[in-house]
Amino acid sequence: MWRFLTWRLLQAIPVILAVITITFFLVRAAPGGPFSTEKAVHPQVQAALEAQYRLDQPMIQQYLSYLGDLVQGDLGPSFNFPGRSVNELIFSGLPITAELGLYAMLVAVLIGGLAGVFAALKPNSLQDYVPMSLSMIGICMPSFLLGPLLVLIFGIWLDWLPISGWGNSPGDKVLPSITLGAMYAGYIARLSRSGMLEVLSADYLRTARAKGLPERVVIAKHALRGGLLPVITFLGPAFAGLLSGSFVVETVFQIPGLGRFYIQAAFNRDYTMILGTTTFLAALIVFFNLLSDVIAAWLNPRLRYQFKKAS
Amino acid sequence: MEMPKGVSLWEDASVRLRKNKLAMCGLVFLVVMVLLCLITPWIVPYGYEEQDLRLGASAPSAAHWLGTDIFGRDMLTRILYGGRVSLFVGFIATFVALIIGVTYGAIAGYAGGKVDSIMMRLVDIMYALPFMIFIVLLMVVFGRNLVLLFMAIGAVEWLTMARIVRGQVQNLKQQEFVEAAVSIGQSPFAIIWKHLIPNALGPVIVYTTLTIPNVMLLEAFLSFLGLGIQPPSSSWGLLISYGVESMEEYPWLLIFPGVALALTLFALNFLGDGLRDALDPKASRD
Repeated sequence: MWRFLTWRLLQAIPVILAVITITFFLVRAAPGGPFSTEKAVHPQVQAALEAQYRLDQPMIQQYLSYLGDLVQGDLGPSFNFPGRSVNELIFSGLPITAELGLYAMLVAVLIGGLAGVFAALKPNSLQDYVPMSLSMIGICMPSFLLGPLLVLIFGIWLDWLPISGWGNSPGDKVLPSITLGAMYAGYIARLSRSGMLEVLSADYLRTARAKGLPERVVIAKHALRGGLLPVITFLGPAFAGLLSGSFVVETVFQIPGLGRFYIQAAFNRDYTMILGTTTFLAALIVFFNLLSDVIAAWLNPRLRYQFKKAS
Repeated sequence: MEMPKGVSLWEDASVRLRKNKLAMCGLVFLVVMVLLCLITPWIVPYGYEEQDLRLGASAPSAAHWLGTDIFGRDMLTRILYGGRVSLFVGFIATFVALIIGVTYGAIAGYAGGKVDSIMMRLVDIMYALPFMIFIVLLMVVFGRNLVLLFMAIGAVEWLTMARIVRGQVQNLKQQEFVEAAVSIGQSPFAIIWKHLIPNALGPVIVYTTLTIPNVMLLEAFLSFLGLGIQPPSSSWGLLISYGVESMEEYPWLLIFPGVALALTLFALNFLGDGLRDALDPKASRD
């Protein structure tokens, strides 16, 4: 197990390094800098600014000193918000995005998982078709369409829920969480349905039934564990998707989270902010992929055995 | 006595596909949609930029079936023109992904050994990259042009295709007909092109159909954020983002383009699922 973990962690390093390198040079290759405004700035001011942000040094040196700072956990100052560091900005947006992501994930796993298991218990019946059609809607409906439609129906026409903000008025977290989670609920419903269907005909379930366990225990204790495995492996990539999905949801609902900062930074050519958020998000995504692999390995007895043998 | 007629793989698949009502609905819808978008300039009674400022945003009526936007432009016309762009991007970017993915996967699968493991490692690494973020970045950094959009989207979507094709080729490679082709001295290129790829076509078609909606979604997502298609061109994503701005007063400006996009995505997904069941019965439905 430890060997597997270390191996996966070591694999993550080149990925993150690649992300940093590509982003760094991509952003630098862009025409127009953060200080190239229409207003003519005094050359000395320009020079001072460039020196402050190390823009006067050769590219490769900028890159190396950026990496040096990064190792110490410093993402540098923001171009656009003078006096504030990228770290500060990221950590002011992160809790909000994390909370949004968590709720969305809860929506996805609870609704999607229940719908999938429910459908698998009676395949090719109404109990199967209804949740599966709904899941198809969830998958096909882009969040930037679902969000505004939900706002229109529940926020404006019915006037049940607030239409924007985060944590300012009761209930304003409901619509963003559903919007972000709906697509993943759809995927999870389909994954858990096919996973359960496969498991329900497995020999070990026949054994469980044969030894006289009540159906409820058979499903809850034996079938779910195996049947939901594909869902666990899906959670890692799903988190990555949630992060990019939060760009849209945070824009639609005007939530001051990481996604919105990123889009703003991208529009403002805030180099250090773009670099910092990209690096940070990439590290998060790699971490979640790793986590879901480890959990899947831990849940699957066959894989667990392999790791034991290997280590 | 009649000789029993052989049923080819494709006949078999088309029988199975025709039995699938949802997939057939999807197919019919798509064909109609594509045809409508193709002949748009000749069938719409209004110009794409034709404004009627006195009219302003008007609800659906006999003259304007889907209403007009705030400049009094006919929504049906705009949605059809937007569909041209959305579908065009969807098909072309998928085609880019298809070409890269099939070539890459076939080479890796056919070469095998070290070459294969290096090539597939690279794919693994690229899978882990946060591409969505890169695309946003690319569009911001290099301006919003259509060619770059195709390339960026195509570059993301080829990875899964490469994996699928590689797996297929790896299996096929060991079969006798490939051995026979090698023994009569055909070049690796000819073997890949004439013998391996045609036999891997089923999964490729299925996955291509399922890639188109992903690509269209990506384009709409970027256009919605203001990073994709730029006015005066239009796409469904862009129309939706305009619709959101004024949805409180004029909900039809959001709903109609939204319905057009959602139905098309539905149709593509249903067709893709149906094709998978028809061409690749072994593959699991997930």
